[in-house]
Amino acid sequence: MTWLPEASAHAMRIDILLAGLVIISLAVLGLVFGLMVLNVLRFRAGRTTAIARAIAEHKSWGFEIAWTSATLAIFFGLFLWATQLYVVGFRPPADAIQIYVTGKQWMWKIQYPGGQREINALHVPVGRPVRLLLTSEDVIHDFSIPALRIKHDVLPGRYQSLWFTATQTGSFRLYCTQFCGLGHSRMTATLTVMNATDYAGWLNSAPASGSLATVGEALFIRSGCSGCHASSRYAPDAGDTSRAPSMVGLYGSRVVLADGRATVADAAFLHDSILDPPRRQGASFATEMPSFRGVLAEDDLAALVAYLQTLSPSLPPEAGN
Amino acid sequence: MSDGSVLDHHSPYETPLHRDESAIAGMWLFLASEALLFGGLFLVCLVYSQTRAGGWAEGVRHTNLAIGAVNTLILITSSAVYTMAVESGRRGDNRGVVRAGLGAAGLGLAFLVLKGVEWGQEFSENLFPGPHFALHGPEAGAAALFYSFYFLATFLHGMHMVVGIGLILWICRKARQGAFSPAWSTPVDIVGLYWSFVDLIWMLLFPLLYLIGRA
Amino acid sequence: MSESYLWQDGTLRSWLLTRDHKRIALLYLGSITVFFALGSVGAALIRLQLLEPTGTILSDATYNRMFTMHGVVMVWLFLVPSIPVTLGNFLVPLMLGARDLAFPRLNLLSWYLFVASGLLVLYGLFRGGLETGWTFYTPLSSDYSEGRVLPVVLGIFLNGFSSIATGVNFIVSIHQLRAPGMTWYRLPLMLWALYATSVILVLATPVLGMTLLLLAFERLFRVGVFDPTLGGDPLLFQQMFWFYSHPAVYIMILPGMGVVSEIVSTFCRKPVFGYRFVAWSSISIAAIGFIVWGHHMFVAGESLYSAIVFSMFSFFVSVPSAIKVFNWLGTMHGGSIRLDAPMLYAMGFIGLFTVGGLTGLFLASLAADVHLTQTYFVVAHFHYIMVGGMVSAYFGGLHYWWPKITGRMYPEIWGRLAAALIFFGFNLTFFPQFILGFEGMPRRYATYPAQFQILNVLSSAGAGILAVAYVMPLVYFGWSLFRGARAPDNPWGATGLEWRTSSPPPTENFAETPVVTTDAYDYGDLDARTGVADAGGPHHV
Repeated sequence: MTWLPEASAHAMRIDILLAGLVIISLAVLGLVFGLMVLNVLRFRAGRTTAIARAIAEHKSWGFEIAWTSATLAIFFGLFLWATQLYVVGFRPPADAIQIYVTGKQWMWKIQYPGGQREINALHVPVGRPVRLLLTSEDVIHDFSIPALRIKHDVLPGRYQSLWFTATQTGSFRLYCTQFCGLGHSRMTATLTVMNATDYAGWLNSAPASGSLATVGEALFIRSGCSGCHASSRYAPDAGDTSRAPSMVGLYGSRVVLADGRATVADAAFLHDSILDPPRRQGASFATEMPSFRGVLAEDDLAALVAYLQTLSPSLPPEAGN
Repeated sequence: MSDGSVLDHHSPYETPLHRDESAIAGMWLFLASEALLFGGLFLVCLVYSQTRAGGWAEGVRHTNLAIGAVNTLILITSSAVYTMAVESGRRGDNRGVVRAGLGAAGLGLAFLVLKGVEWGQEFSENLFPGPHFALHGPEAGAAALFYSFYFLATFLHGMHMVVGIGLILWICRKARQGAFSPAWSTPVDIVGLYWSFVDLIWMLLFPLLYLIGRA
Repeated sequence: MSESYLWQDGTLRSWLLTRDHKRIALLYLGSITVFFALGSVGAALIRLQLLEPTGTILSDATYNRMFTMHGVVMVWLFLVPSIPVTLGNFLVPLMLGARDLAFPRLNLLSWYLFVASGLLVLYGLFRGGLETGWTFYTPLSSDYSEGRVLPVVLGIFLNGFSSIATGVNFIVSIHQLRAPGMTWYRLPLMLWALYATSVILVLATPVLGMTLLLLAFERLFRVGVFDPTLGGDPLLFQQMFWFYSHPAVYIMILPGMGVVSEIVSTFCRKPVFGYRFVAWSSISIAAIGFIVWGHHMFVAGESLYSAIVFSMFSFFVSVPSAIKVFNWLGTMHGGSIRLDAPMLYAMGFIGLFTVGGLTGLFLASLAADVHLTQTYFVVAHFHYIMVGGMVSAYFGGLHYWWPKITGRMYPEIWGRLAAALIFFGFNLTFFPQFILGFEGMPRRYATYPAQFQILNVLSSAGAGILAVAYVMPLVYFGWSLFRGARAPDNPWGATGLEWRTSSPPPTENFAETPVVTTDAYDYGDLDARTGVADAGGPHHV
């Protein structure tokens, strides 16, 4: 058995945190077991000299306050340390390569921006941030990469995000770690981290039916989106937003919803809006958008979202093409 | 056991008063537990009526406000009538308990009958969520969620009504046997607590199912 | 003094219609022993399966049913009821100095509800089976599962009423039935712990009931509540489920803490150090326990801010537990320690619970939890609390009060041997699982990569030892019923009111209502009266 590799700087930081926790635990365990053994040795019935009870009772308040505050102080330090490492997971870099991951009983479907598709295998380049957009077609799964010390649940009908920068080339195991039915233990996959040239070569050799955005563009027309939503390329033309909001520049913009909530139109927002169309504040469009739940599969949604992102050219273009 | 003013030999209590106080405390605790049972249901309502506001309101607009309002009045009246049973019990007036109890139970039954009529209408209009659900449009999913909540909530409340009516009839039977006296009428009080609770739950359900979002 | 409660009327009918809390405790003891055995068989099959990476005896489908069965039976039919319904039922009135619980008939009803719910659950688990895990996450349970979700879920719903009835009974009894002179700060710490447990039982159980009812409703009529394809939110199920199931963890540990406080004090012949802190730490665990449920969902998609808040509360909730551990050690300090079997179990509890608590810190730490959650690390962690902690305390308590319950002594040598063996077998079973978890082995896997085999084999070997160790008490307790030495009224020289009546107690518990004049665990006073101290006691230099 080999020790679990640390395939990212984050993994190393997590291991230091875990080491810290182990050291604190060993110290406390040493204290508890040590005191228990010492007490038993010193105070066995019939062979000891005892401390007067009255004294022990009087000291009690001082002891209680001391160990309560010591515990609290240590815990608070741990809390801050661990939280700060967790927050990082919510801040993916803007230039990350976006890869779509769809869980399905019992396999992982991976779609790359260049249109490549894989089952149960994920290829990423070393040293570049990668952002996974996770969703499920059926039950809840969980995408877990122990070598990177990260995981996230994969929920049906919405996007979750997980990002990392691998620093070590090689193959690492991936698991589904949320029980998902009969084949749960067989829902594993391999993460392959490659250097930049190998990765470019792999992207070229992998079969792709047009980039993800191209596929999405075709879907945009075929599913009828272009009938209402302006995208500057197809009728109705860019100016006509009477029927539905324009898709140009939507990705990354701020949207105010009917109930007053403001949100940034990120990938998850686009995805969820296709399934459950939201109402915008002050918007009155000629037609109401139907839900595409059950009409579009998760693969299609990934392609559509990738296409919509290309309509905001001011933002960092989807990397990896 | 029929005469509650004395303790049976195995009782853990010193005096009948001690026992009756404990019984009332037990009922309050049980009602706290019941409140949290319905609390879970109200949580679902709270979440979806916010996150899926449009469709939820659509569902609310399709409920039968007239029957709901009449039923609310019936239930409030029933609770009020039952308080007369409590008063009679404290005076030891067993015939008064029977009269008020039967009145309260009758009103409760009327509530259930009306509720049944309402359900019947809703079933015939295909408002029960499923493949033939009557409401369409983009918000149909949320409207179906509302009707899931509606049917489960009214079913559970209805079950509580059935239990409550049963308890009131049991009180009436005891009263006919002359069980209550100025010294002892605790069961009348305890059933009263439960009946008021069932009433209270409806006071919360009524606005949630019929009013909020209707305008 | 009249006849013991055991033999006053020996007919089956008198047992099945009894309102005596002591007999009901025994009825419960019999039922949960059966469920414990059943759950253990599930565990044994799981460990057998995992000897080989590709599995040895079970198909994937059977394996999934087996760990679901193990979880459901152990949680709801053994751990949640365990100490409260057996030792608690037996001891609450005795410790209070009362004749019975506040509502004797409700108590009997709770047992019948428990048995009915158990049968319904078993019907589901064995006629068709269930493969959702004990957590019933939607939409797997509501839509995709082909197992018998309905009978199991409705069985657990019914089980909840049994729990609530017990909780109501304990709370009212402790408020209303204290003997003259028994003030709140004179209550044995066991009663403080059971009081805190009862509050959770009464207030958390109904929320689980509603959650499962909604799940059953969704599954039965195919209407949307949690299912995303029907417009629902699957995370809402998890929020509601853990709102019960995290406090339920404290249902499964607080009574154990109460038992340990009793045992440590008795076998050190000293009052529990910091009595009021230990008492109030039970209450604060119950209170804070209601606001930490979100720590089960750090990777499930809850918002950053709720994750941070839940993490902080999770650290807070471990402070009162730490207070308890330190106070037990303080109690031992300067005592006159005897290492009888109950004390060995109590010390095992303190050690294993500490390991469980410390590894809980790993899981409360957000970034560490992301790596460790849903792996064997979590499995090891909660088994250290539930099995290492609660089951040790349960066995310790059974040994400690066995003479009172049955009027017979258990064989001490065998008792100590079993305690030591359980401690050893337990650690061998579950310690390797911490490492497995760190290495990334996911839980609920019927098959696993070959690199994890060595640790799995070690774990299975430990389980074998543990199995033998758990059978031992069953055998010698049975033996002692017929051949054990007659127990005196107070074999341990302990202070509680339960030791002031005969062993076994008469049906009415006390010949006359006891009057309490001293604090709990007043060993100075007891020893002075009985002369124990003069017979070479430790506190005379």
